[in-house]
Amino acid sequence: MQLVLEKRAERSNTIALVSPLIAIGLTLVTMSILFAILGKNPVSALAAYFIAPLTDSYSLQEIAVKATPLVMIAIGLSLCYLANAWNIGAEGQFLIGAVAGSWLAVKTQGTGAGPWVLPVMLLLGAPAGALYALIPALCKVKFGASEILTSLMLVYVADLFLDYLVRGPWRDPAGFNFPTTAEFDPVATVPVLIEGGRLHLGAVIALVVVAAGAVLLGKTIKGFEIRVVGAAPRAARFGGFNSNQLVLLTFAISGALAGMAGIIEVAGPVGHLQPGISPGYGFTAIIVAFLGRLNPVGILIAGLFLALTFIGGEQAQIAMKIPLDVTKVFQGILLFYVLACDSLILYRFRLIFASRQVA
Amino acid sequence: MKNFFIAATAVMLTAGASMFGASAAEKLKVGFIYLGPVGDFGWTYQHDLARQALVKEFGDKIETTYLENVSEGPDAERSIEQLVRAGNKLIFTTSFGYMDPTLKVAKKYPSVHFEHATGFKRDKNMSIYNGRFYEGRYIQGVIAGKMSKAGVLGYIGSFPIPEVVMGINATILGAQTVNPNIKVKIIWANTWFDPGKEADAAKALLDQGADVIMQHTDSPAAMQIASERGKLAFGQDSEMIKFGPKTQLTSIMDNWAPYYIDRVKAELDGKWTSEDTWGGLKSKMVVMAPYTNMPDDVKKLAMDTEAAIIDGKLFPFKCPVVGQDGKEVECKGGTRLDDGQVLGMNFYVKGIDDKIPGK
Amino acid sequence: MELIEAIILAVLAASTPLLLAATGELVTERAGVLNLGVEGMMIVGAACGFGGAWLTGSIIIGALCGIVAGTLLSLVFAMMTLGLAVNQVATGLALTILGIGLSGLIGAGFVGERITPAPHLHLPVLTDIPLVGRILFGEDAFVYLSLALVVAVWLFLYRTRAGLVLRAVGDNHVSAHALGYPVLKIRMFAVMFGGACAGLAGAYLPLAYTPFFIPGMTAGRGWIALALVVFASWRPGRLVVGAYLFGAVTILQLHAQGWGVGIPSQFMSALPYLATVIVLVLISRARTGGSTAPAALGTVFVPDR
Repeated sequence: MQLVLEKRAERSNTIALVSPLIAIGLTLVTMSILFAILGKNPVSALAAYFIAPLTDSYSLQEIAVKATPLVMIAIGLSLCYLANAWNIGAEGQFLIGAVAGSWLAVKTQGTGAGPWVLPVMLLLGAPAGALYALIPALCKVKFGASEILTSLMLVYVADLFLDYLVRGPWRDPAGFNFPTTAEFDPVATVPVLIEGGRLHLGAVIALVVVAAGAVLLGKTIKGFEIRVVGAAPRAARFGGFNSNQLVLLTFAISGALAGMAGIIEVAGPVGHLQPGISPGYGFTAIIVAFLGRLNPVGILIAGLFLALTFIGGEQAQIAMKIPLDVTKVFQGILLFYVLACDSLILYRFRLIFASRQVA
Repeated sequence: MKNFFIAATAVMLTAGASMFGASAAEKLKVGFIYLGPVGDFGWTYQHDLARQALVKEFGDKIETTYLENVSEGPDAERSIEQLVRAGNKLIFTTSFGYMDPTLKVAKKYPSVHFEHATGFKRDKNMSIYNGRFYEGRYIQGVIAGKMSKAGVLGYIGSFPIPEVVMGINATILGAQTVNPNIKVKIIWANTWFDPGKEADAAKALLDQGADVIMQHTDSPAAMQIASERGKLAFGQDSEMIKFGPKTQLTSIMDNWAPYYIDRVKAELDGKWTSEDTWGGLKSKMVVMAPYTNMPDDVKKLAMDTEAAIIDGKLFPFKCPVVGQDGKEVECKGGTRLDDGQVLGMNFYVKGIDDKIPGK
Repeated sequence: MELIEAIILAVLAASTPLLLAATGELVTERAGVLNLGVEGMMIVGAACGFGGAWLTGSIIIGALCGIVAGTLLSLVFAMMTLGLAVNQVATGLALTILGIGLSGLIGAGFVGERITPAPHLHLPVLTDIPLVGRILFGEDAFVYLSLALVVAVWLFLYRTRAGLVLRAVGDNHVSAHALGYPVLKIRMFAVMFGGACAGLAGAYLPLAYTPFFIPGMTAGRGWIALALVVFASWRPGRLVVGAYLFGAVTILQLHAQGWGVGIPSQFMSALPYLATVIVLVLISRARTGGSTAPAALGTVFVPDR
């Protein structure tokens, strides 16, 4: 008797609808067990994680603030992953975009420059990220080098480059030699949408990106090409779709989005350039992309949900002394369940009783 | 239905919280933001020991909460604000990188009081505090000058910021009083905390001929390596003697408890005001671990030096202070460098051959 | 002790966890599976390894705990990618995040404790030979084990039938399946071996390198191990060279600072990563005499019925 996995004849639409719910349900059960093992009341813990942050305007704004870079980066990543190009270096592209935009902020510091500064900063961040992403893309297309590893290695390089800049040439002269640039002038800061909160223009930009992503994938030829190249490479070749060009294009777009997210984050919530501006957004965005099943609207929801777990995790630490590591465990487990349940869309299990092979 | 459920839970939570709050209305809530884990055996550990001392001292009158592993980027502001929203009225933020986030939140909540460690920005409701660790470094320098047979000290620095540079200078100045030709080798680990790297740095220093190791990083790795090689070392932040029973000469211990107790008492009495406290050996903010593994005459010299600093007869940075370039540094404090000069120290004194990175 | 000798000893120690983890991942990838979760498995190995050693007082039990921890985590990965045909990249990343979180929870109780580190070999006359004595005869067990493991893997892959089959599975799983080989089973064992090695590599850090546990002590070594496998073109011999090269750059960077060399430390720290990118490009170009990736690496396999 054997339990085997076999491919379905057709995608199962019921499973496609239901699988995220099953995954979330399974995750909640597993987390409850974990909380019980840690000696915490599962119900209050889950409430602290998921419900408490939804109950006041401040937390809701913070969820949006945290989700903004995640969603922006994840949309770009989804394009890459749909085309079977694995950009793991979004974190590095985020940092390079932040550096590029900050260059202008540092240069115009205190010079009383006009409101053109911020838009130009954003416009610098995107191409910088795109160019940085093209490095691993070109290595793959021209030399066949694994883009997973090249893009990952470049993350470390970007991080060290940023570190060098803020400790050296760009360090705030009035900052007692601490590794940070001076606070950005107001013209170089992303405006806040609601007084008293941190919700900023970046959130609107992120929504625009989601819409653009949906249009690109759903309604344009390029979007179609991207999806086919990843799903059916041979058919794509017959269709004349150039997979190399698509690798370069998707990497460039995702690099641009990551770079823009970087400069928005630095010019917004942070307000200056320093080491450690990203608590791993580039990697968390990968999870968001998969949780959102590489679909723009799904990514928006997944990004908000994941941001909720971050905020909730902090509140749980304050209210119930639950260690922050639990948040990581939760995110890992959630991703596992989502991926597992999703596989049932394409495959199913069969119990085979006889031991004969297929004739 | 879902909305009802969320609303009901929210009501239950708030009701529960306010029930708890009512009975605790007299309790002062004190919050802490930690950079690392409380178990790091170094910087954060010492802050948490002080927090525990608060609990012991004030018992039922206060309730403490902490958030650990809070990164210094955009998340910091939210973490601080979450503590405020959870009802904490006195909040300690224990790392330089929290300076701007603390200031932002302080401006938003004028009735909440903030204490920021190792920074320089202040406000009506934001105090700053720091320890004159360099006094301890000076004593360590004296000891090291006596105990080093090779005349070469090994220094593991974290980042080339003034706090670390002043420590190196104080050490050398102290060592030069007993051995004018003392030399020091400095390695920058570029981290506050990475046991593997600190161990490697210690090995490199010892291999290059240093025989006394001092560190401005937080793990006991260097002590461990020195112990293995039969050399001598100084601990950092807390007693590391259990990692080197025959190795540790002394350790500079951060003793925040008296300051914390003072501030909480002021808050309870309604007498809290914004202050700038930079306490040293005299106010017991900096305490030396017992002098061990040294002959009696060195021990006496160390204790005498300590007493002289406490009595105000000896200043580590007394003028003239001669820089690496051979020129005397301007003496703004009369007989010694003033606090501002020390806080912004970005030069090495004569006797150090290396250059400060990033200059 | 001569400076050269001291540096080589430090390099050997620094490279050992990289070599151990990379060897395991090499076998995994040779079977066609890309497991990005090495960092997660390593760090769980570190937490469990230290815990085991501290609770029982035995380094060997600690090492075994680390191995078991890594293997268990890799089993989760195997179930997902082999049993459920889930995307390997996503699963590997999820494994890393899960592993980091788990290790923090497991290790929380052990922070601040210390153990006696693994002993170094000491043979009466041999270890005292100047210059090479301690390098050859004075290492701790993990160093010798890592080298023995590489040799064993080399022999397995290139001199046994089972190794040939494993390589075939990695190059063309469809044909291998058609020939009747149990592709999924072979891959599962390869993944478990990778997990065991990663767990052992992680355990090495608190058991021999720095005898205490700190959350996050692997500090990205798992990712470097992944890069090393590619750097080595999936060949065990080159893996040793790559691991020691990486270790050497890390150690020499520190020595350079001690000597007062004025190059910014960030540049020195970035060298290993830049070098990896360059080498990746070069070997992918060359293709003559170098082996390229196992052709089926990372692709999903579900047997047709």
